[in-house]
Amino acid sequence: MSDGAVLTRQVAVIAERSVRRTFRQPAAIVPAIVFPIMLLFVTAGGLRAAESLPGFPDVSYFDFALAVTFMQGAIFATGGAGTDLATDIESGFLNRLSLTPMRGSAVILGQLGGAIVLGVFQATCYLAAGFIGGATIATGVGGVLAIYALVVLMAIGFGAIGVAAALRSGNGEVVQGLFPILFVLLFLSTINLPLELIPVDWFRWAATVNPITYLVDAVRSLIITGWDAQTLLVGFAIAGAIAVLGIAASAAALRGRLQRT
Amino acid sequence: MAAIEVRGLVREFKKGPRAVDGIDLDVAEGEIYGFLGPNGAGKSTTVLMLTTLLPPTAGSATVAGFDVATQGAQVRSVIGAALQEAALDRFLTGREHMRLQGSLHGMSGADLRQRSDDLLERVGLTEAADRKVGGYSGGMKRRLDLALALLHRPRVLFLDEPTTGLDPQSRSALWDEVARLSREDGVTVFLTTQYLEEADALANRVGIIDHGHIVAEGTPDALKAEVGRSSLEIEPHDQTQLAALESAMRPFGEPVATRGTSAAIRLHEGAGDVAGVVRALDQAGIQVHQLRLREPSLDDVFLDKTGRSLEGSGDDEADAEA
Repeated sequence: MSDGAVLTRQVAVIAERSVRRTFRQPAAIVPAIVFPIMLLFVTAGGLRAAESLPGFPDVSYFDFALAVTFMQGAIFATGGAGTDLATDIESGFLNRLSLTPMRGSAVILGQLGGAIVLGVFQATCYLAAGFIGGATIATGVGGVLAIYALVVLMAIGFGAIGVAAALRSGNGEVVQGLFPILFVLLFLSTINLPLELIPVDWFRWAATVNPITYLVDAVRSLIITGWDAQTLLVGFAIAGAIAVLGIAASAAALRGRLQRT
Repeated sequence: MAAIEVRGLVREFKKGPRAVDGIDLDVAEGEIYGFLGPNGAGKSTTVLMLTTLLPPTAGSATVAGFDVATQGAQVRSVIGAALQEAALDRFLTGREHMRLQGSLHGMSGADLRQRSDDLLERVGLTEAADRKVGGYSGGMKRRLDLALALLHRPRVLFLDEPTTGLDPQSRSALWDEVARLSREDGVTVFLTTQYLEEADALANRVGIIDHGHIVAEGTPDALKAEVGRSSLEIEPHDQTQLAALESAMRPFGEPVATRGTSAAIRLHEGAGDVAGVVRALDQAGIQVHQLRLREPSLDDVFLDKTGRSLEGSGDDEADAEA
């Protein structure tokens, strides 16, 4: 069997295990789906008045807010992939796997594979909730596929951040500590209003320099605007950059964690 | 060729003493080698180095002829290990563990299925194989751990305190299985334990480690013979008579350390001295609360070599881990 085939097989079995254990923990999967959908319906109801603001896009607030669910899903991916790996380190399960011919990279890629499956599943639920709530996707079927592509990239990027934190610290609480930080970043973006309509200067500045703004805007453009090449290019570039940096950080942390000869 | 050959092996941690301080040992093929010592003695650190999970600071070690420092992948291909505390995923079933680990070892298809079924049956987990591990008892987890360690047919098996926390029945079942592995399959077993009776019952040879040093090595019988004779421990009815008790006992043997509420000697002539001791105590007017005659044990060996009793001598600090 070639090296590539061996690595692919190892990644597949580790990803399969990650998916199995996630779907066998209702406490891990249910909040990641229910919470963003609940928040969608609550904010769509509570902030509906924003539709009448001058300069607000000519869509319902529900359609406007739908993009935020995908970001929340990505943040849950951070916690899921990282916490599982931290648990493996704390319990000695990673040592068990390290005693096999498993490649180090298979640990990272396998966890991220599990995060991708979870991310796609979550995205399907969010889209279904969106359609039930009356949302339409301005870019049609192609746009839905583009949303899935962004979701996969974000799952890799944010999942890798969680994996890096787990490998660096070996502690589930540290990984969980990322969750509120990312949520603060999420709220300091354009999740509630377009950038031009944010009235407070410091908030608008924070949203401008916050990469999450551009991820939200990319998904949102596919839902409410249509094909906006520049917004998509920036969104995909930032998602890709987070993925590359996250994987690089994970690889560096793995070298410190796996001391096997 | 020795299955395990260790020369001057050292492991230092940044903020601690030398966990392993220049040990030498040889384990022959098919042998069960018991590595005995209290908590914090360096047993687990040694296992982590021999299983390639932790690089040595100095010295050398080979397992099945492969250098643990430079041929890690080859070492891992020929060893199986059940490390301290069965590290299992409580959300996976026993059979799913076998499939995951087998796949990472490059096994697949009918071979993996058959081998998994055989091992699950061998460790008595066939009926529980499709249940999630979260519902297993401690003994079942340990047996699954052993089955996983054997999955890829290793030549050398490392068991790090495999029976810690198990009930006597589970412990006995695991001993039987380990003995069978060595006897019938020719697997070399390196077993760490803090249980004297475990080393005594299972090991062909025993190495006793304390503070990172091997303080004694040999067959259990030879080690006990080296210590020699039976010992007699007497607890006086009146603790103020402890000094008088020690004086009265001294003509019959050399003093042995105790926990402080009794006096003990290693008898010059063995059990035949007991009557003389009792007469001497009677003449001295010392009333006996408890009298214990003990054949030499591995604890006596430990006591002889370190001046401390193995039982309860662990210094709370667990072996430093990576």
